[in-house]
Amino acid sequence: MENKLIKQISIFAENKPGRLEEITERLKTADINIRAFTIAEAGDFGVLRMVVDKPDKAHDVLHDAGFTVSETEVLGVEISDSPGGLHEIATVLGSNNINVDYAYAFATATEKALLIIRVDNISNAINVLQGASVALIGLDDVK
Amino acid sequence: MPEYWDPLIERMPADELKKVQEDKLKNLVRYVYDHSPFYRKRFDEAGVSPDDIQSLKDVKKLPFTVKQDLRDTYPTGMFCVPQSMVVRYHASSGTTGKPTVVGYTENDVKEWSTSLARGLTSIGVGRGDVVQVGYGYGLFTGGLGLHYGTEMVGASAIPTSSGNTERQIELMQDLGSTAIACTPSYFLHINEVANKNGISIKDDTNLKCGIFGAEPWSEEMRRRMEEQTGVKAYDIFGTSEISGPLFTECTYQDGIHIWADQFLIEVIDPKTGEQLPDGERGELVVTTLVKEALPLIRYRIGDLTIINSEPCKCGRTHPRIMRILGRTDDMIIVRGINVFPGQVESVLMDIPEVAEHYQLIVEREGELDSLTVQVEVTKDVFSDKISDLMKLEKKVGKALHTVLNITGKVELVEPGTIPRSMGKAQRVIDKRNI
Repeated sequence: MENKLIKQISIFAENKPGRLEEITERLKTADINIRAFTIAEAGDFGVLRMVVDKPDKAHDVLHDAGFTVSETEVLGVEISDSPGGLHEIATVLGSNNINVDYAYAFATATEKALLIIRVDNISNAINVLQGASVALIGLDDVK
Repeated sequence: MPEYWDPLIERMPADELKKVQEDKLKNLVRYVYDHSPFYRKRFDEAGVSPDDIQSLKDVKKLPFTVKQDLRDTYPTGMFCVPQSMVVRYHASSGTTGKPTVVGYTENDVKEWSTSLARGLTSIGVGRGDVVQVGYGYGLFTGGLGLHYGTEMVGASAIPTSSGNTERQIELMQDLGSTAIACTPSYFLHINEVANKNGISIKDDTNLKCGIFGAEPWSEEMRRRMEEQTGVKAYDIFGTSEISGPLFTECTYQDGIHIWADQFLIEVIDPKTGEQLPDGERGELVVTTLVKEALPLIRYRIGDLTIINSEPCKCGRTHPRIMRILGRTDDMIIVRGINVFPGQVESVLMDIPEVAEHYQLIVEREGELDSLTVQVEVTKDVFSDKISDLMKLEKKVGKALHTVLNITGKVELVEPGTIPRSMGKAQRVIDKRNI
């Protein structure tokens, strides 16, 4: 199960010009590649969430630069890049009473899309998704 | 280590102490009348002569002095001695108009140091201790004041002054500082920098106590500082006009001991000027009983406090002032409601998720005042879920509303964005042009 967990980097940032610039600058300097990324805004502040190739290093770099940063375990779900792809996953989770706290998705050049989800019960979610033959992306896959 | 610096005086029965004060007060009014044209004129205008002062009760007949008097007579118009008797000057910055200048005779410096020697002894600091003096040295009285007190008790003073935090920590470790004197906000900053460098004040230094003052700080802040650093945090009080830092709490941390053989204190209603009884909150008024160069008669310091004349558990009989609750001039009025930054601090420090650095911003939008409280989000609190952060905002807002009866906006900011201060922290930014 361990290798199916993705360590997402979450950063607290004030909602003002230049913050994203500074964060990405630190990551660029540390040679960290961002594989998935989203910003959730809540008025004066926002939370940046990202999946990177070297999460522990990203965490340390941002932490040392004074950012409030945390690592959160999320799931990377492979879905088919075609109508009904997301619905299929939502059905598996919903019918098993697993709540999605938040999610963001990316389509790639292949016929697969990547969905990052944070759920309330992560081990249960892994079981039901694998039981439904849904492919989960592990940390090794985002390197 | 001695328990008292001067046991006979510090434990003198209250009635004897009153007699000492009475004699000194009588001499004082005669002295200022004879040596200061300023006081002579003031007394004459108030229709009071030195002969009218026969007991402590008569102090009410004397006119107040205020900071503006020192400005109006800048630089030395209120002095009672010629320059040749002055061994030192200090000056305060003139943020609102002219600065004020204070002066000391040799004996004034000695009395000042004695006051602090008693205080330091009362918190167990003496020979064998190493006191890091992180108050500013120079025109500000904090640094030199603590320095002389430290030397008097035979402890080793490290005159680090404020600033250069990494060096402060290095010296603290290398010379084994057992006590530090600085503003509470600067100590928080030192702790923060130490932690960032992997140094724990609690485990990696010999620091046992801190002497914190020059800005108001709350009981809740004390609790946190003590928990985080293992350092016993003592409040110190004083202001340059009456010499500088002068009085501290004792190990019971139950009020600041004011040496009655040196100073006479009253608490008055700031509006009417009437004396208030013990236990009532009002503005502190101080008469210096032994100062020679610049004695002050009924000086209105502007701090709000409560006097407690009950003898302390430590055995000292001198009156105590309870934690300074704020100043008459740092009160902000927001939408007609009086708000003291200290009250806000008490509320914030009672919420575990709120870090020690905060700032209040008062603005005027149209005709309406708005209060914004900025709070830093630390790693411990940050959960990655926005709903949790919004819950925190709500929690802080609700707590503030309960205590202040005012709806403020709570703004979560990144750690380190609230300016750290080496001296007095600026907790309130008033952007209104009023």
